[in-house]
Amino acid sequence: MDSKQERNLELSPVLVPLLSVVVALSCGAILVFIQGINPILAYKVLFTTAFCSLDGIAITLAKATPLILSGLAVAICLRAGLFNIGAQGQLISGALASAWAGYTFVGLPALVHIPLALIFGAFFGAIVALIAAVLKAYRGVHEVITTIMLNSIVIALADYLTSNPFKEPDQPLTRTPKIQASARMNELFGLPLGFFLAIGFSIALWWIMRNTTTGFGIETIGRNKNAGWYAGISVKKTIILSMLIGGAVAGVAGAVETLSIVGRFEPAFNAGLGFDGITVALLGRANPLGVIPAAILIGGMRASGSTVQFEAGVAPELVDLLLAMILFFVTAPLLSKFFKNRKENVAMTSGWSN
Amino acid sequence: MKTLLEIHEVSKRFGSVIANDAISLAVNEGEILALLGENGAGKSTLVKAVFGLVKPDSGVIKINGSVMESGDTAAAISSGVGMVHQHFQLVPVMTVTENLILGDEPKKFGVVNVKKARAEALELSEKYGLHVDPDAIIEDLPVGMAQRVEILKALRRDVKLLILDEPTAVLTPQETDELLEVLRNLAKRGVGILFITHKLREVMAVADRIAVLRGGKLMGTTTPNESSESKLAQMMVGREVVLRVKKTQAKPKDVLLAVKNLHVNDDRKLEAVKNLSLEVHAGEILGLAGVEGNGQRELVEAICSMRPRLSGDVLVKGRSIPNMNPKAAHLAGISHIPEDREKHGLVTSYSIADNLVLNQYDQAPFARGWVRDLEKVSSNGEALVEKFDIRAPGSSLTAGSLSGGNKQKVVVARELSQQLDVVVAAQPTRGVDVGSIEFIHTQLIAARDAGAAVLLVSAELDEILSLADRIAVISNGKIVATFSAQEADRNTIGRLMAGLAS
Amino acid sequence: MEQLVKLGTRHYLAISFIAIFAFFYSKDSLVATSVLYTAIQFALPLALAAMVGVMCERTGVVNIGIEGTMLISAFTAFFAGAILKNTVQGMFIGVFTGAMMGLLLALMAVSWKMDQIIAGVILNILAAGITSFYYRQNYSIPSTLNPIDLPIVGAWPILGPILSFHGPITYFGILFILGLWFALYKTSWGLRSRAVGEHPSSADTAGVSVTKLRYVNVTIAGAVGGLAGSYLALEAVGIFERGFTAGKGFTALAIMIFGRWNPMGAFAAALFFGLTQAVTNQLMIDEVVKIPSQFITMLPYVLTILILAISAGKVRPPAAEGIPYEKEKS
Repeated sequence: MDSKQERNLELSPVLVPLLSVVVALSCGAILVFIQGINPILAYKVLFTTAFCSLDGIAITLAKATPLILSGLAVAICLRAGLFNIGAQGQLISGALASAWAGYTFVGLPALVHIPLALIFGAFFGAIVALIAAVLKAYRGVHEVITTIMLNSIVIALADYLTSNPFKEPDQPLTRTPKIQASARMNELFGLPLGFFLAIGFSIALWWIMRNTTTGFGIETIGRNKNAGWYAGISVKKTIILSMLIGGAVAGVAGAVETLSIVGRFEPAFNAGLGFDGITVALLGRANPLGVIPAAILIGGMRASGSTVQFEAGVAPELVDLLLAMILFFVTAPLLSKFFKNRKENVAMTSGWSN
Repeated sequence: MKTLLEIHEVSKRFGSVIANDAISLAVNEGEILALLGENGAGKSTLVKAVFGLVKPDSGVIKINGSVMESGDTAAAISSGVGMVHQHFQLVPVMTVTENLILGDEPKKFGVVNVKKARAEALELSEKYGLHVDPDAIIEDLPVGMAQRVEILKALRRDVKLLILDEPTAVLTPQETDELLEVLRNLAKRGVGILFITHKLREVMAVADRIAVLRGGKLMGTTTPNESSESKLAQMMVGREVVLRVKKTQAKPKDVLLAVKNLHVNDDRKLEAVKNLSLEVHAGEILGLAGVEGNGQRELVEAICSMRPRLSGDVLVKGRSIPNMNPKAAHLAGISHIPEDREKHGLVTSYSIADNLVLNQYDQAPFARGWVRDLEKVSSNGEALVEKFDIRAPGSSLTAGSLSGGNKQKVVVARELSQQLDVVVAAQPTRGVDVGSIEFIHTQLIAARDAGAAVLLVSAELDEILSLADRIAVISNGKIVATFSAQEADRNTIGRLMAGLAS
Repeated sequence: MEQLVKLGTRHYLAISFIAIFAFFYSKDSLVATSVLYTAIQFALPLALAAMVGVMCERTGVVNIGIEGTMLISAFTAFFAGAILKNTVQGMFIGVFTGAMMGLLLALMAVSWKMDQIIAGVILNILAAGITSFYYRQNYSIPSTLNPIDLPIVGAWPILGPILSFHGPITYFGILFILGLWFALYKTSWGLRSRAVGEHPSSADTAGVSVTKLRYVNVTIAGAVGGLAGSYLALEAVGIFERGFTAGKGFTALAIMIFGRWNPMGAFAAALFFGLTQAVTNQLMIDEVVKIPSQFITMLPYVLTILILAISAGKVRPPAAEGIPYEKEKS
């Protein structure tokens, strides 16, 4: 391999997502312009709100935190060749579980209460993922459909629980009681505590994938499950393990959001986090470290959504549209065709059979 | 005599590999031209260009005098070219009739006339003496019968030039003779035949003319009269080829691998291995001869614990291997060179170094408990690349960029550099260039001499006759005979492989 | 377990229909009739969406984007109908939109050879993004598509009121499903399409253009998805809301699998689904069973998973689906 090719291989994992964002933003600009709004103004507001003030940065990072975690949830499963669209449902069940732990246990010190609530979140997120994982491992049912179905089931179930057994008494709204003060995740050096937690997870998972036998096992099954079996790695166990990790991390995402921002569980809470997680994971090339910049970008865009409407007159749904386009350009090999190197196998899913 | 096919200065490259380099050839009416060359010489690419499956970079192809548009299979077919492919181009779940009519169905207003199609199938079958059941489903058919369908499919469209790509790879010696007879008859009717093979015996038996390709170039044309097997081998490889590997007499000791009353199913839940037993001693190579599809794959996978054993036992050094646990089989001392290197043997997007520790990644020294020792993996990679002469600039190169022969060397390097108790080598030199074949054969002999029990499963009878100390023949899931290398006789083995009593 | 599935959806469906019908008929014939009528209404969009899946997957392309196709088609059908003040024209716009989504999927899957699951997810996210960005309140269509009183069938004693008085898309849809079944198994188009989905190189070497067939089939399938979306917006209810399709596109995939990629099998499975929904609704209204509404909402999703869990392990999808076809590698 000559040096020029080698250089391309190193750059393009960064270049392609970067270029995708630029191209998507340009397309978005055209659409905004057609509506009679100044795209430059719109984008300026979008980015300055998110990144150009200390307050803005704090909000951006707060928004990025659950995105990093749900992005990780999808990314780890992608590495195993699984498409975890269920991050949304796993996240919600984690949020509800952590809220319950947050308001039920009284008199615990924060040092105990917060980790406990997080563990509840991780556990219930993992359980939801486990259902899809077992169906895939033992019945060969494709995880795309099961996880999407589970999302809806979890949402309905959470709605029921929050309207009945877990409902905050003496008031009409569908929501749980507030969590105890000891369960609240506050700030560290002015930045949300959850953010540091998310970064920590990201680094830990990156290290695990690169340097441990577990990581090698997951990676191998993801790339060639037949060779993995030949090498003695259990395909079924790997499917279950990676989905459990994904579900747990997504559950933590929901938990962090509950304990840091919302302070209780409300069914209408943050509708799109799980799906943004997919975009984050793909933008970050399913790399545990790569999801961090991706999440910050998307978090920033979401943070400034309402400001953009107020100051530039564009609906905050513009962000949804932009994200859809970013996803399109990142995954369609339009841009990577400019770099004629080997395609990276982000996902090995193909069809319904194993 | 009319010239049916004219290939003029055809070139094709795939990336950095030059598959065809300015090749010029002709095939005449009623003649059988054999296209000879080792694996990777460019034979398949050339005929695929004729058939429109591959677009040449330059050159002209003329069929019956008119120039062919490159890459147009439909045009090639309507010009009278038929092709019998190495890997059958048949839809497994459809019937013989459906496969025969595909692409040119008898129909009215788009609706297929099934009766007419069936009648046609039977008619064709009669005409060429290749009997098939029109309603049989392809995946239920034995390989020889499926090939007949493949041939009929090619003959159906009023073919003037018939191309066959390695047709005898899956046939017993008897079936091969039958096929060659069919070809001779076709030639007598005026059909031109272009026949790809790497088997010298067949070429000498049936060809009118022989063209030899090496490294993408045409080395020359000759006839059976003017040549010999060894001369052809030399043209194919460019140097003197050792047709039989040198080895000393075997000194077998204890039984290291024992298979007892094994029953295994195939992927379609049909019994593939039927109450099979065998033993391999330390210091010997047991060659398992058989045409593909007789249960070898299932047997090998069951021995290596990759496929469930319905009943029966597999013992290494007297201890039973657990069912469905490749890791345990490996730890018990089985080294497995799998039949399908791309599927089981390698992760092509991993580096060579990672592939070299694929099934030991979690054992010392490549891992200390949970944490991998990436440096050791790397240095091991460099060492093995050198020792096994793997043609790559370094062990961090992606395995997918290696040639077939070198990929196989990676697998062999990995399996033969570990503790050698039992070596199971399944089709170890399939799709591999001659140089690598010689190398791998030498390595297997070395393993034997170091005291390993080697089970060599191969569809290439010559390979078995060359390497094995004892030979067992598998047919229809059973061992039908066993003899020592000295007793072995090509003809007898051929008959046994076909399931006929000796 | 094997026997259960082997018996065939058709049989179960027939049994269910008769059993349920008998149950309700004995109580109140009007109610029974309305339940079965509603069953067909619920089943139609699922059946059409399942046809999209059948057409695509039989030809070798996995289509996860049926949901997004239906959503965006419902959107364009509704708003076109409202702006043009013409429901029928709106329907055509919806169908066209669906075809465009199909074309996009074909482009991504066949020409760009992208991972088809990702391609489908992109369709869904694009549809969600576009429909939420351009959604506006206070639009309405002149009227839903008029129901048709079938001439002869409408007069039949018991079946009449069940089968008659559905909208045009329903009848067209049923005819299409029958037509698709016939085309797939009896015509040369069907033979070639199935060959392309099972073993594309066989078709290629027989002179059939794999690319062309995949493009055509996936695009037409997209149009059918557009029809399904138009049905939802223009025939069933006459409104559009964000997130309107509510997972029907995914349920359709389960139905397709349960129906073994066979149009009639999928149709039967869709009817079964529709029946379940209709019966549950009726039981709720009658207050026979008191279940919290959230569990009713959950029902189709749980059913989908159950169906997949029972059948998925034993079915054989088209062998080449999801794998981009590369000519020179064959």
